[in-house]
Amino acid sequence: MLMERQNTERRAAPTPPDDDKRWKIVNVTMRRNGYSGHALIETLHKVQDCFGYLEDRSLRYVAMSLGLPLSKVYGVATFYHLFTLKPQGKHTCVICTGTACYIKGSRELSTAIEDRYSVKPGQTTKGNELSVLSARCIGSCGLAPTVVLDGKVLGQLTAAELIDEIEEVV
Amino acid sequence: MNLEDLSDITEEVAEAAKSRRHCVRVCMAASCQSCGSGEVLEGLQAQAKQNADDDVCIKPVGCMGLCSAGPLVSVDSDQPATELLYQDVTADDTEELYRSLDDDPLERLRCRTDVPFFSRQQKIVLRNSGIIDPEQIDDYIAAGGYRSLMRAVTEMTREDVLREVKESGLRGRGGGGYPAGLKWATVAMAPEPHKYVICNADEGDPGAFMDRAVLESDPHRVLEGMALAGYAVGAEHAYIYIRAEYPLAVERLKTAIKQATKKGLLGRRICETAHSFEVEVRLGAGAFVCGEETALMASIEGQRGQPRPRPPYPAEEGLWKCPTLINNVETLANIPAIVGKGGAWFKSIGTERSTGTKVFALAGRIANSGLIEVPMGIPLGEIVNEIGGGIPDGRRFKAVQTGGPSGGCLPEQYLDMPVEYDTLRSAGSIMGSGGMIVMDETSSMVDVARYFMEFCMDESCGKCVPCRAGTVQLYGLLDKIADGEATPSDLELLEELCDVVQATSLCGLGQTAPNPVLSTLRYFRHEYEEKLRPESERMPRMQIVTLDD
Repeated sequence: MLMERQNTERRAAPTPPDDDKRWKIVNVTMRRNGYSGHALIETLHKVQDCFGYLEDRSLRYVAMSLGLPLSKVYGVATFYHLFTLKPQGKHTCVICTGTACYIKGSRELSTAIEDRYSVKPGQTTKGNELSVLSARCIGSCGLAPTVVLDGKVLGQLTAAELIDEIEEVV
Repeated sequence: MNLEDLSDITEEVAEAAKSRRHCVRVCMAASCQSCGSGEVLEGLQAQAKQNADDDVCIKPVGCMGLCSAGPLVSVDSDQPATELLYQDVTADDTEELYRSLDDDPLERLRCRTDVPFFSRQQKIVLRNSGIIDPEQIDDYIAAGGYRSLMRAVTEMTREDVLREVKESGLRGRGGGGYPAGLKWATVAMAPEPHKYVICNADEGDPGAFMDRAVLESDPHRVLEGMALAGYAVGAEHAYIYIRAEYPLAVERLKTAIKQATKKGLLGRRICETAHSFEVEVRLGAGAFVCGEETALMASIEGQRGQPRPRPPYPAEEGLWKCPTLINNVETLANIPAIVGKGGAWFKSIGTERSTGTKVFALAGRIANSGLIEVPMGIPLGEIVNEIGGGIPDGRRFKAVQTGGPSGGCLPEQYLDMPVEYDTLRSAGSIMGSGGMIVMDETSSMVDVARYFMEFCMDESCGKCVPCRAGTVQLYGLLDKIADGEATPSDLELLEELCDVVQATSLCGLGQTAPNPVLSTLRYFRHEYEEKLRPESERMPRMQIVTLDD
């Protein structure tokens, strides 16, 4: 609070990269935090929520707005696993690789996806249909092995069931 | 808000409950939601509407514990999971279930509740979990909530609160097991005017979901614990640092903060006193190392989550260089009960050096996976075989992994061991935050060690060399062993490197990264040795593990 508000005096706001309305949402987050450098992670979360990933110009814009060196913004954006600098496919499938899922065969799930779509976790299929990601633990260990397909958690899956589920959405 | 207001709300809720014919509770924690409990809730609500039954209440509640049998629905009892409980309910069952309310129970879906899974538990932290609606503050108040805070700020001095926490013998539930009372006293004694309280909800251990369940099922309990901590140490601002991977918990927490602030239980001048306490939520962004306290503070400050050497400890110099109290979710969730019922009461539960109860997340190759709360000192075997219902499919128990990537694997001979901080440590594992993964004979221990090392390698923040480079080399060696390409000298090298990484890393992540390897070497060395080739088959040059992949 005390230190956080230090940075509050308002600089001349940089202009957003384009007139996309979503920048307004990003600006609200920055304003609410008094354009403080401490709000960097919050702001990056918001940018990613709005645009799906962090592109170069977004990082530049956030750096300028918060008065931070670009190197720091890039450093933070690449440090945290949840931030992605690449656009995601139309659908995402997150495979949980937590311990419980590992013990119950999450490897078979990723192998099945690789066999069927030739993508490994971290990759997107040609044509940007499906991005496959891995998560450290989504905390639904009682349902292991689990995946999150387009935001929906699917539990106690076999490889064949998973492929069926993906086929339905893709 | 004062004590009378709290009593009024309690009476109102009790009156409303009395006038109801039935109360059906549907588990809406993340695990059951992903099995479709949302549709079950809607289905039941539609039934109530269709029948125009105003006196039947269909209520969304938090985790009932037995996640593997979800979606769970309990009927009428205030002690769900002790009486009429239904399991594996689907949207198609709702009509039949609804009709059975005034009739005989629906045996087809009934979940037995006279089993050890329910009867052996003792609940403090999870007392309201699965009973109250986590999105209704009145429900929490009616269950006795916010009384401790109200009493503390109006009738007790800071020292009184500190004394109760010290007397309780409560130890940090996040993994380290540092006595909470001591930590609180250090922050309370610090002369600086600005102090912070941080709730560490960055539950990164794979296979652990206790904190998520507590926050999803009873967020106000954690907030009350934080406010009590703030009062005791003299802090007026607090942060909850929570994983962004838990969207439901984040949402419920934010709702809870809003409700409590509106009622004057948080925010400026709480409970009509001079004490203020404001809570902000900060989202993590997927870095395991941020569970380490100094890295967590860096992350709240908007930096890369990298730890720094201690001392100075956060209690002296923490967030923005102010004295900071950092406690884990479960630690703080114990506080309202400790302040309410007294430290001596808490101390009477558990064992001498590990007081109270502990929440465990049971998962892996076990019949009943889910969330349990048991008194400290319970034998490990009782958790696995009785509460957990043993190993399914007629397989044999092999090991139980506690403490996540910082812990170890305990073999069969430890099933008689009481579960306490110190016994677990001496057996080569740690209490950790409470994840318990059970493995049967199909799991290869070398594979398990490699799995955890891969985790630590990926999650190393890169600040210090022993962890950054050491975990890569350890992973390479384990990979070689698992693939059957290693020789006995590789095994020696592995052990030596484990010692180096353990002794020289900067923070807990690196220092404990070798634990899964060391504990599996200690108890399952034969599995490593079976995979070794004779020295004569050694590659002509020592193979260097490259950093590229």
